[in-house]
Amino acid sequence: MTTSTPRAWWKTGVGLVLTGLMLFPVYWMINVSFTRDQDMRASPPHLFPTNGTLDGYRAVLDQQLPYLGTSFLVGLGTVALTVALAAPAGYALAKLRPPGGPALSFLLLIAQMIPGIIMAMGFYAIYLTLGVLNTLPGLILADTTLAVPFAVLIFTAFMSGIPDELLQAAVVDGAGRLRTFWSVVLPVSRNSIVTVSLFAFLWSWSDFIFASTLAGGGDHQPITLGIYHYIGNNNQQWNAIMATAVVASIPAAVLLILAQRYVSMGVTAGAVKD
Amino acid sequence: MPSTTETSTAVRDQGGAASAAPPGPPPSRARRPSRWWAWGFLAPVTIYLAAFYAYPLYRNVELSLREYTVRSFVQGGAPFAGLDNYRTVLTDPAFGPTLTHTLVFTAASLTFQFTIGMALALFFHQHFPLSRTLRALILVPWLLPLIVSASTWSWLLNSDSGLVNAALGVVGIDPVNWLTSPGWSLTSVIIANVWIGIPFNLVVLYSGLQAIPTEMYEASALDGATGWQRFWGITFPLLRPVSLITLLLGLIYTLKVFDIIWIMTKGGPTGSSATLATWSYRLGFGNLLPEFGPGAAIGNLLIVLALIAGLVYIRIERRQQLR
Repeated sequence: MTTSTPRAWWKTGVGLVLTGLMLFPVYWMINVSFTRDQDMRASPPHLFPTNGTLDGYRAVLDQQLPYLGTSFLVGLGTVALTVALAAPAGYALAKLRPPGGPALSFLLLIAQMIPGIIMAMGFYAIYLTLGVLNTLPGLILADTTLAVPFAVLIFTAFMSGIPDELLQAAVVDGAGRLRTFWSVVLPVSRNSIVTVSLFAFLWSWSDFIFASTLAGGGDHQPITLGIYHYIGNNNQQWNAIMATAVVASIPAAVLLILAQRYVSMGVTAGAVKD
Repeated sequence: MPSTTETSTAVRDQGGAASAAPPGPPPSRARRPSRWWAWGFLAPVTIYLAAFYAYPLYRNVELSLREYTVRSFVQGGAPFAGLDNYRTVLTDPAFGPTLTHTLVFTAASLTFQFTIGMALALFFHQHFPLSRTLRALILVPWLLPLIVSASTWSWLLNSDSGLVNAALGVVGIDPVNWLTSPGWSLTSVIIANVWIGIPFNLVVLYSGLQAIPTEMYEASALDGATGWQRFWGITFPLLRPVSLITLLLGLIYTLKVFDIIWIMTKGGPTGSSATLATWSYRLGFGNLLPEFGPGAAIGNLLIVLALIAGLVYIRIERRQQLR
């Protein structure tokens, strides 16, 4: 549909300006991350990091690596658990039509609407009793609640599109239910697995409320808390804070570059019927 | 129910969230007397829902009905207090203002997110060179961790060294204490939240626009309709279902917002940007002496608001499915 009339290019110009405005705070974060301490409070602020410094990023390397490692592990754990729980459920809801299935879908939809602070308080009370506050598995379990209902809905929507003939062919070939699921359904659902994994990782990586309530006092703190402590403690070193923010944004950037198609799919799947 | 054919179900199920519910057994499969065995695939998620949604929710309700101290929180045995915690919260002088902030924050965020998102969706729907790439880039604010967005905005809005005040200074406007004055703090967090929410509105409304058949526009172009007439005559009415869903999902998300406000202002100064979510967090985790009872009570009030919005959403979604 792309036409290269002058009028179309004029629109591209407007589009560039609009995108630039929307992304300006992101640019500013990058700019500040390279700004020297003594220029930080310059008036007017420097629009470009002309006398750039890498001090902020050095601080990240020195102080934030453990936080980043924790976030990475928690993200992977969240992805694994989310897919393991949601893929079979999506298959059952989409293809097996179990009695009570609609009710379960309804509950999942409701579950998505529960505010995080309520979950956090409940988890805190439970974890305190069980003694799993400030542990990696505890945080992973809590973070999966951000993704599981969404994941089931995505899997159900995608797997409904698998032709029934394909599944029946597998049954004719003598495959059991489990084997059909494992060798037919999962491989053809690769796209939905990618979508779900990306979002589950991103949400657990970005999570602040569970981190601050359930992991705030221990050795396993994710990067969101790393930034939060920075803001609280050394209010002056904004290049270090923003450098950490830049590094913490990398997964989002990677996701957008590698999997833009899946991102739009994920955003719209929950809201729009095509 | 049996009149629904297998294929039409699958097609309808393609993209809808609420459509996850399959509408009953398919026809002509009488040889399957029972499908209970399918619950084998559902068992993990069901146990999970019970253990990690229902039980924390139950604990939260229980917290709100008892009088907890730090000691009894750890050791148990807190006395039953009935609705005392709710009474405490509702009669607290902070309740009125906090509820107002929550409603203002939600209404203002939704209005601006939706309007700007719609304008951008209409603009990007015109397909010019690079439109795909630019549309993808605009998603960035939505994908960033909230702590990243919130701390970036904190620095942009910093009273002394923030870029926003510097820009205002160029135009001759005195610096504003965005985050530190009670008159501006709520506005500041709304600005940041609108910025984060625009991409979601853009993407959803854009896919709604794509679903409108181009023939409609071609016909109206033949009739000589102007762009403005096309918008009000075709786009707006046809986009109404999608708009409604976008706004309701926005409402549910916005009521939950906690991170941005807490990181930027902690709900302050003097509670001037506190919402129900940040108030609940402050009571439970923000002070040296936690008050879990009242905190949980506020949380439960919040969930009632969110559930009302959610039920409206499901109703509308279902009704659209039936059409």
